[in-house]
Amino acid sequence: MSRNPGTASPAPPRSMALIGTLGGIAIMSGLLVATTFQLTRERILQNRREALERAVFEVLPEATNRRSFFLNEEGLQALADDALGQASLYAGYDDSGALTGVAIEGSARGYQDVVKVLYGYSLERECITGMTVLQSSETPGLGDRVETDPAFQANFECLDARLNSESTALVQEIVTVKHGKKTDSWQIDAISGATVTSAAVGHALQQSASEILPLLHRYEAALYENTAEERTSP
Amino acid sequence: MMKDPRAPEALSWSVFTQGIWRDNPVFVMLLGLCPALAVSNTASNALAMGLATTFVLLCSGVLVSLLRTVIPQQVRIASYIIVIATFVTIVDYAIQAISLELYKALGAFIQLIVVNCIILGRAEAYASKNHVLNAFVNALGMGVGFTFAMLCLGVVREVLGSGTLFGVSLFGPDFQPWAVFVLPPGGFFILAFWLFLFAVLKKRKQVRMAGRQATSETEKEVPRAT
Repeated sequence: MSRNPGTASPAPPRSMALIGTLGGIAIMSGLLVATTFQLTRERILQNRREALERAVFEVLPEATNRRSFFLNEEGLQALADDALGQASLYAGYDDSGALTGVAIEGSARGYQDVVKVLYGYSLERECITGMTVLQSSETPGLGDRVETDPAFQANFECLDARLNSESTALVQEIVTVKHGKKTDSWQIDAISGATVTSAAVGHALQQSASEILPLLHRYEAALYENTAEERTSP
Repeated sequence: MMKDPRAPEALSWSVFTQGIWRDNPVFVMLLGLCPALAVSNTASNALAMGLATTFVLLCSGVLVSLLRTVIPQQVRIASYIIVIATFVTIVDYAIQAISLELYKALGAFIQLIVVNCIILGRAEAYASKNHVLNAFVNALGMGVGFTFAMLCLGVVREVLGSGTLFGVSLFGPDFQPWAVFVLPPGGFFILAFWLFLFAVLKKRKQVRMAGRQATSETEKEVPRAT
């Protein structure tokens, strides 16, 4: 797109005029973007909360209630219900108040950007019982199949995540193997054509599980404390 | 594209229809092929991408046209890019507010509307030289043309590649989808098929025009499409 010789202005404008124009346009642009951000922020946060809420009950299908917890080296603290974004894990309970499982977030680098997943973990069976994608920019039709492909989802019926006898690390690292090469219960069978994203899911689970699960086992008593007023219904 | 860029074009029906058929951005001008190939794997992705691009085309066209006397020649491209990027960011927030599912499906391609040549091309070649109303109508036509082209690709690819249309299963559970069509190579195949079709139509029209001119030399009628 070269400048049309017929329309060239006779004298070039001063630099200040150029800077002024660009500055003016940039200010206008900033105002527009800031206004849109303000207008849509509540709605976007609400959507994210709803999506997270849905995801928690998706990976913990037996749960009817959930509570949010914050976990660190010092212990496991119950959080108020509206603190959905800051929680490190979500515990699911059934109608009788019994713990059905824990939903934990994990993330790893995918093909395009970070892939954020949420997985369900059963303390009783010591395995990962469900996985869903919270955030990803993977190629539509390829990488994003980790969320929808039934064969891939079948990996997470009971993916082995046992801790060693001292509860300090996983007995077996969770790994993603090539499509059709899965032999053990701690392996994830990749989707052919979406190997990178499948591996990212494996990394996310491995990293998060080896970090969170030992801590969780140390402080798991807090999960069973019944504080009925803090519970929420879906 | 126009003989005298200083003289704004009068508003006419062809300002609108130009983008849909005669100068269709994808099938005739071959612009914006990156999103056209990348996000046309399902009909609903194609439609959403088409609408998002149309919105950016419309808003940036109007704003560039309003500012056309203010922006100096030397910084016009930079100014257009800022304007376009602004509206893309707005679309980005808007889609997140409307549906996170859709946002997840479109992925990085929303942000990449910034570098879609159709929009910069329209700003440079049309909006910066014409009245606001013309710019609006022309951008709308181009947007409709782009959405039409996206749907042409998306519908064929989804039907062949997944056996569904807008997510509704067409052929029942026994259909073995032709997966290559939702993958990138399929996009090229289908695009080639549509380009071939458009080339054939153009050729036939030219032959017909030549034939008509030969029979009546006096006919002054201007052909609507070439």
